[in-house]
Amino acid sequence: MTTTTPRSFQEIILRLQTYWAEKGCAVLQPYDMEVGAGTFHPATTLRALGPSQWAAAYVQPSRRPTDGRYGENPNRLQHYYQYQVLIKPSPPDLQDLYLGSLKAIGIDFTLHDIRFVEDDWESPTLGAWGLGWEVWVDGMEVSQFTYFQQVGGHDCRPVSGELTYGLERLAMYVLGVDHVMDMPFNDPDAPIALSYGDVFRQTEAEYSRWNFDVADTTTLLKHFEDAEAECERILAAEHVDPKTGKTIVMAHPAYDQCIKASHLFNLLDARGVISVTERQAYIGRVRALAKACADAFLLTPAGGAEAA
Amino acid sequence: MPDLLFEILSEEIPARMQAKARENLGALVLKGLDEAGVQYGVVETYSTPRRLVLHVAGLPERTPDLSEERKGPRTDAPEKALAGFLRSTGLTVEQLERRADKKGEVFFAVIEKPGRPLSGALAEIIPGVIRGFPWPKSMRWGTGDLRWVRPLTSILCLLDSEVVPFDVDGYASGNQTRGHRMVDPEPFSVNGFEAYRQGLAERRVTLEPAAREAEIAATAKKLCEEAGVTLIDDPALLHEVGGLVEWPVPLIGVIEDEFRDLPPEVLQTSMREHQKYFSASDASGRVTHFVAVANVQGADDGETIVKGNAKVLRARLADAKFFWENDLRAVKGGGLEDMAASLTSVTFHNKLGSQAERVDRIAALARDMAPVTGADAVLAEQAARICKADLASEMVYEFPELQGLMGRYYASAAGLDIRVAAAAEEHYSPLGPSDSVPSEAVSVSVALADKIDTLAGFWAIEEKPTGTKDPFALRRAALGVIRLILENGVRMRLSEPVGVALMRHVYLIGRRDAVALGEPLFDALEQFGEDHGGTERRAQFENLVSFLLSPQSGLAEQLEPGFEEDMRATVGDLLAFIADRLKVLLRDRGITHDLIDSVYALGDQDDLVLLVKRVDALQNFLGTEDGKNLLAGYKRAANILAAEEKKEKATIAPQPDPSLAVLADEQALFEALAATEVAVAPALYQENFEAAMLSLAKLRAPIDAFFDKVTVNANDPALRVNRLALLARIRVVTGQVADFSKIEG
Repeated sequence: MTTTTPRSFQEIILRLQTYWAEKGCAVLQPYDMEVGAGTFHPATTLRALGPSQWAAAYVQPSRRPTDGRYGENPNRLQHYYQYQVLIKPSPPDLQDLYLGSLKAIGIDFTLHDIRFVEDDWESPTLGAWGLGWEVWVDGMEVSQFTYFQQVGGHDCRPVSGELTYGLERLAMYVLGVDHVMDMPFNDPDAPIALSYGDVFRQTEAEYSRWNFDVADTTTLLKHFEDAEAECERILAAEHVDPKTGKTIVMAHPAYDQCIKASHLFNLLDARGVISVTERQAYIGRVRALAKACADAFLLTPAGGAEAA
Repeated sequence: MPDLLFEILSEEIPARMQAKARENLGALVLKGLDEAGVQYGVVETYSTPRRLVLHVAGLPERTPDLSEERKGPRTDAPEKALAGFLRSTGLTVEQLERRADKKGEVFFAVIEKPGRPLSGALAEIIPGVIRGFPWPKSMRWGTGDLRWVRPLTSILCLLDSEVVPFDVDGYASGNQTRGHRMVDPEPFSVNGFEAYRQGLAERRVTLEPAAREAEIAATAKKLCEEAGVTLIDDPALLHEVGGLVEWPVPLIGVIEDEFRDLPPEVLQTSMREHQKYFSASDASGRVTHFVAVANVQGADDGETIVKGNAKVLRARLADAKFFWENDLRAVKGGGLEDMAASLTSVTFHNKLGSQAERVDRIAALARDMAPVTGADAVLAEQAARICKADLASEMVYEFPELQGLMGRYYASAAGLDIRVAAAAEEHYSPLGPSDSVPSEAVSVSVALADKIDTLAGFWAIEEKPTGTKDPFALRRAALGVIRLILENGVRMRLSEPVGVALMRHVYLIGRRDAVALGEPLFDALEQFGEDHGGTERRAQFENLVSFLLSPQSGLAEQLEPGFEEDMRATVGDLLAFIADRLKVLLRDRGITHDLIDSVYALGDQDDLVLLVKRVDALQNFLGTEDGKNLLAGYKRAANILAAEEKKEKATIAPQPDPSLAVLADEQALFEALAATEVAVAPALYQENFEAAMLSLAKLRAPIDAFFDKVTVNANDPALRVNRLALLARIRVVTGQVADFSKIEG
C-alpha cells in the first residue's frame, strides 16, 4: 500500500475517506448544521444508542466560537474540520485499524513515535462519557479514541468505538506546515493552487469579530429559548401521527433543536455574557434536551424499537 | 516445583493505575491460593502499558486435602433449619455427624475437600480475579459485558509449560503473547517465565517497570551531561513515563531562546503536564533543554521524533509565553488589585460568596492578626488583598498548580514589597504535615487569616468534615493553623480570630440573604475592627456579637433567640475540632492524648503555644520518679474520694481544718500543700511550667508518707472527714497545673 507523503489538506481527507471506505464504513457527508464537534452528528450521538450495528465515517465542519483568533494564530480556528469514525460494536482490532489509517496518510512508523495516552472523554452537554486515549504522534495529539460507555444518560450496549481526528492539526504535522493558513488546501502544483488561508483567512476574521463582539446576545438568548421550547414541543407530540396513522417519533427533528441550542450556548459563551454559575445551568439545560432526544431515539426503529 | 505465569494483555493501561493494579493482582491471586491452602514461593508482579503480569514460583503439584467442619442446627431444631443446612453444605442427613454440645445435640458437617491438580484450582481462581478486578475506572467494549480498564487482547496462563485452561467471556487462556505494538506485534508462544521475559526483550519490551525507569533516568542523565546541562529530578514524572512506554528511548531537545526567560517553574509545569517531558537547566538555573521519552528507536536515531516534539513544545510554550506576557502587561498596567477585581464574579462557595468577598474578610483578619504575629499591619492587609489575585491570571487558569507562585512573580513585577510578594506564595502553606511553614510575619498573618476564615466559614454554614469526607480540606486547614502558631510561637487566644471570622461570615451570610439592606454595614463592622483592634481581642468578639444583636446591624431581627449562645457553641466546636488535630500532631511527637486532655480539662485553653508548653512540661515531669509517684498518690487520693463521694452523693469540700491534723505526717502534708499552692500560682502566671512542676514534685514525699502512716478511715468521724478534705485539697492544688484524673497510668 502507498505510504507516500500527501501533498495537501484535501489529499489527507481523501485518503482517510478511501481508507475507511475500504474498511467497510459508510462514508457519510457532514451534518448540515452548526456543531461544536463531529460527535454531535446524529450519525454518532444517536447511532451510538440502541442495539443496531453501525459503521460510518465522515468529515464534520465544527465550530468553537471562543477559539477564534481572527485567522492570526498558527493553530487556533473557530471553524475547523474533524474526521469522525464510529463503529458499533467496537471491533477487537480497532486500534490496528486506526493505526492503518495513520499509515495511509503517510506516517512512517519506523520514524515516528505513536502513543496511546489516557484520556477519559466526557461531554456534559450530551450526558455522555467514555474511556480511551488521545493519540500522540511525536508528542502531538492527533486523535481522540473513545469507547462510548454512556450517551444521553443511557448505557451503550453494544459499545461503539469512536475515532476523532483533528484534521488541520494532523495535516499540518504530516505536511510539515507551521501556520495553518500556509497549508496547501489543494495540490500545490494545481493550476490554481489554494492555501488554507485563501479559503478561510477572511472568514476567520469575520466570524471572530461577529462571535466576540457583534452577535446580538438578546437575539441569541431568544433563539436558545426557542430551540429549547421547540425541542420539548416536538418530543411532547403524540407518537402516532394523526395524518398517516403511523407511529413516528420525531427524535431527529428534536435533536436538531438540541444541536441548535448547544451552538447558541457556545455563541453566548464567546460573547462573555454567561457567568460561571449560569454556565452550569445552561449546560444542564442542553443536557436535558440531549437526554430527552436519546430517550426518544430509543423508541424509533433505528434505536431498536420493534417496527409498529 | 511448578511456577505460574499469568499475563493479561490489553489495550493501553493508564500509567497512573499500573502500580496499584500490580499490587491488587498479586494480592487477589494469593488470596485464592491461601483459601485453597496452597503454599507458594517467590511472587513477582510486572506491568507495561499493555500488560499486567504475575509470576509465582515454588508451587505444589496439587492442592492439599482440606477438611472443613461446620456447625449446624440442633438435632431437635425445626425441619426448615436442617433443610437449609443441608442445602448449604450439599450433604444428606446421613452424612452429618451428631455431637453433644453445651445445649444439647447438634449436627456437624465435615466436608472433605480432597486435593487436586493445582491447574484445576487456578482455572477457577484466576477467572474470578479477572472478573472482580478493582480498577478505579473500568469499561465494557464490543458486545460483551466483561469489564476491564481497556479492552482485553489475550490471556496467557501457564503452570510451568502447560496452559492452565479457562475461558473468560470468550477469552480463552493460552500460551501466546505479543511484543512491542509498533516493532514486533505478531503473537508468539512461550513455555515458561524465562522464555517469556526473554521473548519480550527480543521484541522490544522491557517487562520490569523499575528497569524501564532506571533506563530512562540513566539515559536522560547521560544525554544532559553530553549537552552540558543538568537534569531536574522529577520522581513522579519518572514513574509516570515508565508506565507510558514498553521500550523507553529518551531523547533530548533544545528549548528555543525566546522561551528561556519564562519562569523555570512555568516551563517545567507546561512540559510536564502537557507533554510528560523532563526539564534540564543550565548553570544559571534557566531551563534550556527537554528530555522526551519515546517508545521506539527511530530509524533516523530519533531525529524526526525530536523535531516533532520540539514543534509541539514550541506551540505549548508560545501559549505559556502569551499568558505570561498578558498577565505581566495587566499587572504593570493596573497592579494586582486590578487583576483581583475580576474575582468579584468568581464564586468561592455558593453559600460563602465570591472570591472577592473572601479576600475582603482575609484582609480584615490578616490586619487583626498583625499585632500578634509581629507583622506590619498595612503590609499584612495589602498582602491579603492581592494573595488570590493570580487566580484571575491567564497562567493560573491554564495551570492551576502554579497558584501562589505566579502571585509571587506578578507581585514582584508590580513592584510590591518583597514580603508581600512572598506572602502571595507562602500563604497557602503548610499544605500538609511535612510541608514547610512560613516564618515571615506577613506570610504568617495571611496564612492564618486565610485558613481561619475558611474554617469559620464552613462552620458557619455547617459543612464540617464527616468521616472520610472532607471535600474542602478543612482538616488540613486546621493542622495548618496549628503548625503556623506553634512553629512561629504566635501567642494569642485562638477563640478571638475564630470568633471574629465567624461573626464576619454570619454577618455577610445574613446580608446576602436579605439583599434589601442598603446601608454599607460591612464598613460599620470593619469600623468595629479598627475601634477595637490592638490587644483587646476578647472585647472585639464580644463587641461584634453585641453589634450584630443591636438595631444598627439591620440583622438583629433575623437573628434567632439564643444567637449569642449558638455563636459561642460554634466557636467552641471549631476549637474542639482544632484540638483534635492538635492531638494527632502531638501524638506523632510521642505525646499521648490523655496528657493533652488533662490540660484541656482546665478550660479556656485556646492559647496553643502555652498549651503545648504546659503539656511538654507535664510530660517531662511525669517521666521523673517524683512525677510518677505523685500521679500514683493523686490517683490513690482520687479513688478514695470518688468512692466516698459516690456513697455520699456529694462532693467533698477541700477545706480541712488544720487543728484536726493530729498526726505529724498529716500536718506535714497540710504544710506542703499550702506551700505548693502558694508557689504554683505565680509560676503558672509567669508561664514557668517547669517551676510549677518542681513545686508539685515537693508534694510527692508528704503524700507518700501520709498514705503510709495515716489511716484515712479513722474511727473518729471528725478526723475521717477532715482527712478526706485533705485529700480533696491534693486534687485542688494539683488541679491548678492539669487535671490529673484524665491522665492514664
